[in-house]
Amino acid sequence: MEGELVQMGAYIGAGLACLGMGGAGIGVGHVAGNYLAGALRNPSAAPGQTAFLFIGIAFAEALGIFSFLVALLLMFAV
Amino acid sequence: MDTDANAAANGPGMPQLDFATFPNQIFWLVVTVVIIYLILSRVALPRIGAVLAERRGTITNDIARAEELKLKAEAAAAAHDKALADARAEASKIVEKAKAEMQAELDVALQKADAEIAARTAESEARIAEIRASAAEAVEVVAKDTVHELLGALGQKSDGRSVNAAVSARIKQGDAA
Amino acid sequence: MADGTSGFNIKPMDQFTVKPLFGGDVVHWYTPTNVTLWMALTVLAVTALMVWGSRGRALVPTRGQSLAEMTYGFIYKMVEDVAGRDAVRFFPYIMTIFVFVFFANVLGLIPFAFTTTSHIAVTAVLALAVFLTVTALGFILHGASFLKLFWVSSAPLPLRPVLALIEVISYFVRPVSHSIRLAGAMMAGHAVAKVFAGFAAGVGAAFFVPILAVTALYALELLVAVIQAYVFTILTCVYLKDALHPAH
Repeated sequence: MEGELVQMGAYIGAGLACLGMGGAGIGVGHVAGNYLAGALRNPSAAPGQTAFLFIGIAFAEALGIFSFLVALLLMFAV
Repeated sequence: MDTDANAAANGPGMPQLDFATFPNQIFWLVVTVVIIYLILSRVALPRIGAVLAERRGTITNDIARAEELKLKAEAAAAAHDKALADARAEASKIVEKAKAEMQAELDVALQKADAEIAARTAESEARIAEIRASAAEAVEVVAKDTVHELLGALGQKSDGRSVNAAVSARIKQGDAA
Repeated sequence: MADGTSGFNIKPMDQFTVKPLFGGDVVHWYTPTNVTLWMALTVLAVTALMVWGSRGRALVPTRGQSLAEMTYGFIYKMVEDVAGRDAVRFFPYIMTIFVFVFFANVLGLIPFAFTTTSHIAVTAVLALAVFLTVTALGFILHGASFLKLFWVSSAPLPLRPVLALIEVISYFVRPVSHSIRLAGAMMAGHAVAKVFAGFAAGVGAAFFVPILAVTALYALELLVAVIQAYVFTILTCVYLKDALHPAH
């Protein structure tokens, strides 16, 4: 009984942790959208900034991956 | 549940957290990375770098050579133009000279012809004069003879000397006239 | 909907299990495992691209040589642009990291393949190596003045200790995020693909819906594999830049 309760809590926690991925999605969209807006204003400067675009996306995405990892840990390792 | 069964069989549910396999993975990772590093730094990267440098050098060289050839071609075109102009000048000079020579020859020939014409004319005139003189002489003789015959026919005795003198006088008179 | 007995019997994490290649259960540090196999394939792929591809040394490159030259030029330019001109002497190390991560990621997408970079042990060693190298390099090149990296001299004085604390924490979180980003992205994609593939077995007549989903997911995974290799490399360059030019 107690084990099943723990399991239930773990699954609920895993589901909640997945909400964090939505935040990462918002963040990545923000980065890419702002890059596109800037690139449309000044297309000649855009190619030089793609590296920063990917760095920004990577940082934003990392946090989503952390939440996914938490979900996985709750599902399989707890 | 399935996950429980798995967890029981394989230790933790996530193979990533199975610390027993860590030394194995790390060992093989280090081996792999060292091999890749050696392959790249000993063989691949110097080779590709050399090829890229060689290509850049070739392109630069080719551009320089093309520039040089262009200059050469321009020089050749200039030389060609100059040669053409020279040849034209030469040709006109030759034409001038030929014209002058021909003129001189023509002049000489004309002079010669003139001289010959003059000589022939003189000769002809002399002969004409001679012929005229001999003709006049003949006329005198014929006239004297005719006068003698006429006088004979008319039955008169002709005095030779007076007749000759009269005819000569008349002919001289005619010549003078 | 499914026939109850099998149901959704999906084990998405089984594909990551490290198994000895030639039987047996015990994984010693020297045991040839599927890790060994797929890392050897990575070495083969790298050799095929970079050595066999460039074997002609042609002035006018063949297709293979063009690929090798493009990879070379891409990473060379990244090192030069992001880490600076004086970082070019670290180019072979960064190239090694890039081609290893790239081929490990892409080879891992082959069905039934084992993705070496989906293991935190592998990526953590790579990230820690970068972290330790960069930190040591910073102290060797700049001595104690490397610590100015944490002292944001452009900020107002009262804020600086707080910022320094944040900078120090973010500096030490770097290897963690650096490694978990790569391993997590690889693991996530493969696990999700496996889950969808498991749905295909469980939903009977509607099997084509999960299969289409897996197809789309596979394209996304290919993109992610390439981008994660790129990101891992470019972050290495960024960290290297901090060691070479610590002043903000």
